[in-house]
Amino acid sequence: MLPMIEVRNLTKHYGDKHAVNDISFTVEDGEILGFLGPNGAGKSTTMNMLTGYISSTSGQALINGVDILEDPIKAKSYIGYLPELPPLYLDMTVKGYLNYIFDLKKCKLPRKAHLNEVMTLTKITDVKERLIKNLSKGYKQRVGLAQALVGNPPVLILDEPTVGLDPKQILEIRTLIKKLGKNHTVILSSHILSEIQAVCDRIIIINHGVVAAHDTTDNLSRNVSTDHRIIARIEGPRDEIVKAMRNIEGIKYVKADMEREAGVYEYELEALPGSDIRRDLYEITREHDWPILSLRSAEMTLEDVFLKITMGEGIVIPNAEDIAEAKKGAEA
Amino acid sequence: MGAIFRREIGAYFTSSIAYIFLAVFWIFSGYFFWASCLYPGTSDMSGLFQSMFLICVFLIPILTMRLFSEEKKQKTEQGLLTAPVSLGEIVFGKYFAALVLYTLALLMPFVYALILSSFGTVEWGIVIANFLALFLLGAAFIAVGTLVSALTENQIAAAVLSFVALMALYMIDVINSYISISFINNILEKLSFYRRYYAITCGLFNVSTVIFYISVALIFNYFTIRVFERRRWS
Repeated sequence: MLPMIEVRNLTKHYGDKHAVNDISFTVEDGEILGFLGPNGAGKSTTMNMLTGYISSTSGQALINGVDILEDPIKAKSYIGYLPELPPLYLDMTVKGYLNYIFDLKKCKLPRKAHLNEVMTLTKITDVKERLIKNLSKGYKQRVGLAQALVGNPPVLILDEPTVGLDPKQILEIRTLIKKLGKNHTVILSSHILSEIQAVCDRIIIINHGVVAAHDTTDNLSRNVSTDHRIIARIEGPRDEIVKAMRNIEGIKYVKADMEREAGVYEYELEALPGSDIRRDLYEITREHDWPILSLRSAEMTLEDVFLKITMGEGIVIPNAEDIAEAKKGAEA
Repeated sequence: MGAIFRREIGAYFTSSIAYIFLAVFWIFSGYFFWASCLYPGTSDMSGLFQSMFLICVFLIPILTMRLFSEEKKQKTEQGLLTAPVSLGEIVFGKYFAALVLYTLALLMPFVYALILSSFGTVEWGIVIANFLALFLLGAAFIAVGTLVSALTENQIAAAVLSFVALMALYMIDVINSYISISFINNILEKLSFYRRYYAITCGLFNVSTVIFYISVALIFNYFTIRVFERRRWS
């Protein structure tokens, strides 16, 4: 079966500036893919190319097997798009606007039932008679989402759908996206990691217009969560402890954190990859009679991964081709 | 196209533009009707129609200024350009909305003709030809204004630039009189909007004029489509 979205070597140059450089990925039917990256990384540019708003300099984007540049109208009819700024006409009522979108997309579904369904799903039924300009940011965002859902397109492309919402609304939208992911193919962009982590099956980290990492959410967290970072709570003189720990072989850095209890500090230790410092740590503390009150390995959060990758610190993460090869191997 | 057309008509009336446009159009045409027909006591409407040219130059920019500039400013353009519709549908949907409002404005001079007919004999053949010419002139001007609106994201800039463009079209004859190269004179004469229009108000109906105005409308709408195509590819 064809993948719902297939992107091959997509590139966009603005003059000399490479906004997006050679991005390739596929999204299968019913999958939720997360685009992660700092502001200006090329997330929106990629989405704009996928939805046919701008053209690519080179490369191809296929939606349900249809090239967005070759048959834009057909390809666009498969997509529901929520741009970074929802395209709302402020002087229309919510109902009037959704009716307009219904006509614009030339939907064949039963109008009233479908629009009611969309409004119920996005919880905007109670504001349907109000002018969009009088709505709060959260409601505007939801009307934007509703607009993307009109016509029940198989692909949803959502550019930072939770931006500017309060925590409760964010949770609601996330739940909604998860629900939509059951019978839609979704691409979601965000610079909020927890969001991507909570919603997406797979993550693509984009930085400076290139794919910096591409893996399933679980793998991405697992691959980089190492056992060579330890957080220890030790009783004893702080400076001496730090000094002693610096002498452990294979240690990368030691950092003393705040005083947790009287005379007890928390220390963060990171070892070089491949070395295990836990036994040495035990030796030192035993020698000096500094009791370890707690010891835990610090899981690297996606936050750290993100920062490391986008700051250009090398983390070895299998890239897209390796995954594809591994998949091929598994299938064979 | 229908959806865009209907939304645009709705937007004309929810914003004050439709009312302002209609009111000002009717005030000026009413004044010229009084000055050229009622006051001298004639049923010859050519004076009114000649003045209408300049009214169009002033008022059509108001009609077209927000068509695309506002979409760009409010970022709603992105919704249009990612919807499963062609650029032609978008441009013509908006164009026809402006044209329909303009046609609505033309109803008032038609009422004047009816008023005149109750006082004297109106040459209906000439009057109808004049209406057709005025309609086609507006159709061409609206296409010019639509293009200008697509080039800017500020309504006021769009209005001012459209006005300058239409004024330039109006002034072709004036410019022409300063040039004494017969080759250029010939070309400018053929391009003159006013000369063709004036001939019809004098009762000289010419099919080439009809074709000229329709061609101008189509060409400028085509340019507008190209503007969007180019922007996507840039």
